[in-house]
Amino acid sequence: MSFRFKESSVLPGFGLSLGYTLLYLGLIVLLPLSALVVKSSELGFGGFFKTILDPRVLASFKLTFGASLVAAAVNVVFGTIVAWFLVRINFPGKRVIDAIVDLPFALPTAVSGIALAMLYSPNGKLGIFLQSIGIKVAFTQLGITVALIFIGLPFVIRTVQPALEEMDRELEEAASSLGASRTQTLTKVILPLLMPPIITGFTLAFARAVGEYGSVIFIAGNMPMKTEIASLLIITKLEQYDYAGATAIAVAMLLVSLALILLINLFQSWSGKHLIR
Amino acid sequence: MSIILRNISKTFGDFHALKNINIEFQSGELTALLGPSGSGKTTLLRIVAGLEEADRNANADILFDSQTVTSSPVNRRQVGFVFQHYALFRHMTVFENIAFGLRVKPRDQRPSKQDIKDKVNELLRLVQMETMAGRYPSQLSGGQRQRIALARALAIEPKVLLLDEPFGALDAQVRAELRRWLRKLHDTLHVTSIFVTHDQEEALEVADRIVVMNRGAIEQIGSPNEVFHCPATEFVMQFLGDVNVFHGRIESDSAIFNEVVPLTEGRENTARLLVRPHDLTIQSTPGAGPALPAKVYRVLTAGPIVKVELIDRHNRLIQVHLSHDSYNHTMVKLHEEVYLVPRESRVYANNDAWTGAYVI
Amino acid sequence: MFINILRSTDKRPGLNPPLIVNMAITVIALGFLFMFVIMPLIIVLKEAFSAGLSLWWASITEKDALSALRLTLLVAAIAVPVNLVFGLAASWALAKFRFKGKSLIITLIDLPFAVSPVVSGLIYVLLFGLHGWLGPWLGEHDIQIIFAVPGIVLATVFVTFPFIARELIPLMSEQGTDEEQAALSLGASGWQTFRRVTLPNIKWGLMYGIILCNARAMGEFGAVSVVSGHIRGETNTLPLQVEVLYNEYNFVAAFAVASLLAGLALVTLVLKSIVEWKTKHG
Repeated sequence: MSFRFKESSVLPGFGLSLGYTLLYLGLIVLLPLSALVVKSSELGFGGFFKTILDPRVLASFKLTFGASLVAAAVNVVFGTIVAWFLVRINFPGKRVIDAIVDLPFALPTAVSGIALAMLYSPNGKLGIFLQSIGIKVAFTQLGITVALIFIGLPFVIRTVQPALEEMDRELEEAASSLGASRTQTLTKVILPLLMPPIITGFTLAFARAVGEYGSVIFIAGNMPMKTEIASLLIITKLEQYDYAGATAIAVAMLLVSLALILLINLFQSWSGKHLIR
Repeated sequence: MSIILRNISKTFGDFHALKNINIEFQSGELTALLGPSGSGKTTLLRIVAGLEEADRNANADILFDSQTVTSSPVNRRQVGFVFQHYALFRHMTVFENIAFGLRVKPRDQRPSKQDIKDKVNELLRLVQMETMAGRYPSQLSGGQRQRIALARALAIEPKVLLLDEPFGALDAQVRAELRRWLRKLHDTLHVTSIFVTHDQEEALEVADRIVVMNRGAIEQIGSPNEVFHCPATEFVMQFLGDVNVFHGRIESDSAIFNEVVPLTEGRENTARLLVRPHDLTIQSTPGAGPALPAKVYRVLTAGPIVKVELIDRHNRLIQVHLSHDSYNHTMVKLHEEVYLVPRESRVYANNDAWTGAYVI
Repeated sequence: MFINILRSTDKRPGLNPPLIVNMAITVIALGFLFMFVIMPLIIVLKEAFSAGLSLWWASITEKDALSALRLTLLVAAIAVPVNLVFGLAASWALAKFRFKGKSLIITLIDLPFAVSPVVSGLIYVLLFGLHGWLGPWLGEHDIQIIFAVPGIVLATVFVTFPFIARELIPLMSEQGTDEEQAALSLGASGWQTFRRVTLPNIKWGLMYGIILCNARAMGEFGAVSVVSGHIRGETNTLPLQVEVLYNEYNFVAAFAVASLLAGLALVTLVLKSIVEWKTKHG
């Protein structure tokens, strides 16, 4: 069989549109990203790890990944409950509530950042209340987690909601007719079937949280070793003209993101193979 | 186990899905609920299962072996329900699907692991799927999924087996095979079974008894022979097999079909003569008895029988089915005037069977 | 309809939890959304107007705020059309033809979503900055990209790059090529086919992509922050202006500008809902 790059088609414009796509992709995305790769290779392995293993950098990684993990986990629990509410329960004005869920996507991160900082600051609306019961949010790691919950909030909801909508109610009827109680139907049938979208939503929320900057820096306090996230550290390094250091951190973060995306794709194709009806 | 339904009605908003149904399903029988879509047959099945609630009414009652189950929920009713699209749990293997009903039993009634294993293997043998235990539903064909759905329903040793359009989603060949297989299975198990279908052939072939339904009401209950040969209503006759309709009118106690009547919409004083295509003989002359004039329009000889299409006096299409043998004797010519003689026919007037005299 | 409040959307017996469980779910869901979504929105509006309407107006018509608004509009006016053209070209090539390496290209198009905002800015600094690849050459020819408007535009184009394409590619793949082939067989030219057959079929998907792309282009903060240089009145977009004002403890002005962006977000959500509704109901 001879190698054919493209299957024949009567539609015109293939060469032009593909050529333009590749040119634009190359100039806007691939060229700048390759600058990152080249710059980090200038560092060499030794230099790369020397930057990454610096205590301040390590602390920021621990904070960034830890807070992102907690935030994504919180979103799994509450996101699933919100999705259930949106799909399964009658409530007036549900369409407005449904639209509002996307606000964290639509609101510029700087705006959410100052709003959350104001809300949870020691003299802010929620801050005063939480302070009175001994919880300090602003300028702590908890504050960072709160901001990351906010920006990751829509992901789990938006992956679980359609899955729940499309879930065949016959499955629940079948479980019930076989003698399962409501709790058994929930834990043995519904939740296992929702696992793939829940995991996808978790991963997306986590990936977004790891790279988040705008909504975090206002509430974080940005104390080195304590409340300094990785993204902020990149900017700090840049301001000190430490391009190499900034690049090393960026590459480490990018590798984690790419690994996550790879993982999620593998998982989806695996679950797709088994779980298509 | 016998099932009795008393005064069962169901409304969805303004729509009356079921209108005061009274019926008894005999123990050990295989009954078909037959009717067009929207006739209420699936709703009736779901009410028996407890998946749907009948309208609340003091006289309404559902009895399993003369015990009322009206208020018991679906997961306490012990009915085996086979869903039209199987509703297999796609995150479980075939084995886990079948074991599900045993594993969700309350702890004190739950069989041991070994017992569950034995039971599932027994059921897999019964549905001839022993080698498929480890597969996922996505790896099975439609017919195989249907068998697993059935095995899963049987695992809980149901008092009654309910099947919603069990062969509806399968292609013709698998369908015919599975039909015979279901009948055989019923003959070995003898569990009271009810299945819903819109396919009259399926009902006639598989069921012990057929309940013909239309617009939320029961038209006729009877054996396949009874409903086919002695249809109680015009609907039953029309629904079970092809039928030719000749229009006439009622005039002083007799139904007249031998003249052209205007086909008015109202059914007052109109009569219909129903004849199955294989109950008509074609003659070139009127002969002695009653005969209906018609013109040969088309002849289809490719097939096991010969189909002759004719046009009657009202410009309506008439179908006659002949064996190749009798077609060769009749010598039908295209566009020729011929006379149709009904060997067997039924007359209906004003929605009821007409028992009076009629003239063809 | 109010008798249905808190009842399950599906009324079949035996499947639904009792009312008390529905109530608990509703309280938790609404409480969560209120704490994390509604409250921040309310606080923006409240703080913005806390010192009165006139001060709000003064804050957003102040010289630097207006210049930030102009820059934000300019950046969106470049980034959205550029990515629109790209999205149409990419989806035509990738959705209407079958060729080798297609899925790799689709993965590459999604890449900017995997790159965090700050890193998106960083890569342009590495490319065009003073110590970057092209920095020395640009310096000799007196061209400034980083810490100037071109850098802001480039970083914005990068972060909004996938929005329209990834909306259109699955949509156009799903629609197949039958209608285009029919149009061509009826004598339409390639361009006529695209304009009269393809474009009307994807108009809502296109709108959706444009709305999301525009919202991100106007609201991007991290990437722009890295390449902007924060020169007041020159290289500050609205989100950057918010940051500057907030860090100067000028909360009223910061929230006034923020309220503009919050308004944009609300308009985006409304348009998005309308488009979603249109797609669902034809």
